[in-house]
Amino acid sequence: MAAIPGGADHSHDHSHDHHPSGLMRWVTTTNHKDIGSMYLWFSFAMFIVGGIMALVIRAELFQPGLQVVDPDRFNQMTTLHGLIMVFGAIMPAFVGFANWMLPLMIGASDMAFARMNNWSFWLLPPAAILLTGSLLVPGGAAASGWTLYPPLTVQMGIGMDMAIFAVHILGISSIMGSINIVTTILNMRAPGMTLMKMPLFCWTWLITAYLVIAVMPVLAGAVTMILTDRHFGTSFFNAAGGGDPVLYQHIFWFFGHPEVYIIAIPAFGVVSQVIPAFSRKPLFGYASMVYATSSIAILSFIVWAHHMYTVGMPVAGQLYFMFATMLIAVPTGVKVFNWVATMWRGSLTFETPMLFSIGFLFLFTLGGFSGLVLSMTAVDVQLHDSYYVVAHFHYVMVAGALFSAYAGAYYWLPKWTGHMYDEKLGKLHFWLSLIFFNMTFFVQHFLGLAGMPRRIPDYSLQFAEFNKISSIGAFGFGLSQLVFLVVVLKCLKGGEKASAKPWDGAEGLEWTVPSPAPHHTFEVPPVVK
Amino acid sequence: MSSSHTPQQAPYYYVPAPSTYPITGSIALFLFALGSVLTMNKISGGGFVLGAGLLVLFYMMYIWFGKVAQESEGGLYSKRVGVSFRWAMGWFIFSEVMFFAAFFGALFYARVLAMPDLASLEHQALLWPDAKALWPNAGPAYDGGPFTPMGAWGIPAINTLLLLTSGVTLTWAHHGLLHNNRGQLKLGLFLTIALGAVFLFLQGYEYAHAYSELNVKMTTGVFGSVFYMLTGFHGFHVTVGATMLIVILCRVLAGHFSPENHFGFEAVAWYWHFVDVVWLLLFVVVYWI
Ligand SMILES: [Cu+2]
Repeated sequence: MAAIPGGADHSHDHSHDHHPSGLMRWVTTTNHKDIGSMYLWFSFAMFIVGGIMALVIRAELFQPGLQVVDPDRFNQMTTLHGLIMVFGAIMPAFVGFANWMLPLMIGASDMAFARMNNWSFWLLPPAAILLTGSLLVPGGAAASGWTLYPPLTVQMGIGMDMAIFAVHILGISSIMGSINIVTTILNMRAPGMTLMKMPLFCWTWLITAYLVIAVMPVLAGAVTMILTDRHFGTSFFNAAGGGDPVLYQHIFWFFGHPEVYIIAIPAFGVVSQVIPAFSRKPLFGYASMVYATSSIAILSFIVWAHHMYTVGMPVAGQLYFMFATMLIAVPTGVKVFNWVATMWRGSLTFETPMLFSIGFLFLFTLGGFSGLVLSMTAVDVQLHDSYYVVAHFHYVMVAGALFSAYAGAYYWLPKWTGHMYDEKLGKLHFWLSLIFFNMTFFVQHFLGLAGMPRRIPDYSLQFAEFNKISSIGAFGFGLSQLVFLVVVLKCLKGGEKASAKPWDGAEGLEWTVPSPAPHHTFEVPPVVK
Repeated sequence: MSSSHTPQQAPYYYVPAPSTYPITGSIALFLFALGSVLTMNKISGGGFVLGAGLLVLFYMMYIWFGKVAQESEGGLYSKRVGVSFRWAMGWFIFSEVMFFAAFFGALFYARVLAMPDLASLEHQALLWPDAKALWPNAGPAYDGGPFTPMGAWGIPAINTLLLLTSGVTLTWAHHGLLHNNRGQLKLGLFLTIALGAVFLFLQGYEYAHAYSELNVKMTTGVFGSVFYMLTGFHGFHVTVGATMLIVILCRVLAGHFSPENHFGFEAVAWYWHFVDVVWLLLFVVVYWI
């Protein structure tokens, strides 16, 4: 109890007192590191589940005709793949990083609300059970695409209701998690750790959590209206009753576009930690990074209808959304140039975290460019719902968010486990991922430009070559991810001992505590100068 | 129990011990979700699962909030913990604002965009020749018989007065707490709860009236949809707020809260005022204009 000066005479149940062991330790824990680890493992498990669904899709698309699944199952696969990857894999991965690293980075003893933190995590498994379990019910899972557009969603069976309630539970989880993160960052910083001294990862999570709190309730409202349209006779999305299915699209994308940044902005944060460390230079333009990230967050609220160019908007509306969307390229460009400028004349080394960050930098920028292409109304009308769109957002989600998550995982693995990971295997994982990722998705640009629609299990013969390449790439990519599992398991079991600061260019409070980080850190806040 | 605890100035942040409350809450929400799905699809046993979920949920909230109150009264929370609670409550209310925004957005969209669109010449020629751009609108294919929209200046106006008055009585109660006038505190809280209860009663009466005489139902096209969704969601929030006020009153009767340390009271007051403001907006856009 050395952490409590003045010998407070209350008998407070500090977590030193009784440790449940075994499974109950993980079920009841209030420790941010335990909860962070659970988030990361859950995220990886969901990544495998969602990945298997992606491989079912790619197996079906390996050649023209229907071979592997019937079209209805195919649609269920695309829907669940999207929902699981967005809400089950990528978001929890970054929440896991936030849980582990934020208190260490700002010098706090734990998250602001430790019990609620546990609840945020333990709401995820019930939602996952509802989503995956819906595959087994009569009529199967939701098959509307992850966007859950009516009127499809008004017609489907019980699986749709399970998806709606899963989304509700995931919303509760992420809102509570984000309130926790905002409060921790605003209130728990060590003395001297001013906002503008925080590592950029903290800034990006502050902004992300704000976005989550602002838009997850909007999604909850949208799916609630679907639920009442389905079961209580309301007409929100039914034109015969004076409603409009397009209304759903507006509300959904008011959530959906910021959601893209909820996924991307923490990824920016991780990369902004890793690139300076391996360039042995401070981050170029720290303040401009903060302002650029904030501008992206604000702009993300006013561009949503670029997902809806083909529903019949007035031309003035289309022009507005086109220009507003293009505007986002400005702060994003600031960030990309800052990362490049950080590397400029740095003394670079290329360990696995840096490789993934550079991979991120190239491929995310490419995904940003194809996004710029799609922001143009006239072009988008041609490319809407084609494989070009699929290629675009997988460059952002996989080569952007996922590569960044890997960069973060390799970067902080020594801090988490106390061991260095196997650098050879890490590099192998990177190069395999890079090659197979591009093999899978680069060719999809051409498929889209040639007119292949997405979410269709069959296609005409001229698309066969590229689809074959893409499917082989997808299976290669999926198998390569098992290398990561091997790396992590090896690292947990042993390996070279990691020092408190294994990366000589790394900066921040997290490197002042031993590796592995003790169960409790910064019970007495450090003073930051 | 004494109410003389002041927040400790100790420079530490209370981190609670491992707890089974969260997993209890997760099980509760899972049962609730599963039960709802089963009930809505008319599968037997659904109501039982739903009820079990609600019971577990209420039990979890009872023990969890009870524990927080006990920790607070036990002096475990430093000033900094108090600041955390303030930030969190503020952000929570912001998320609620956005939840309501989705439904208000649906109302504006249906009225300003969808309605004139459906009554445009193009749609009249191709789909529904008699579609009219008149609010309240139940849609071009509505066949549920004539209905009368709720007037603003009957029960809704009375309800507005009730909620505004309840905001005043709650502030009066807060002043009582600040000046250690426990009698004023208890009376103010009681009046606030009573006003909320009358509001809910009138709202229920209005619903019955709407269903039996005005023929405004949830199935009355988009007008019925937004009317019941907005007022119902708001009424749910009033119910939650009133329940929280009752909890606060019980804690006051048990001697909790001091002039310096009473954020539990303030958080509920913030929530109550928020529900109040939402009602004003609702009164204007749902009933009045
Ligand atoms: Cu977008």
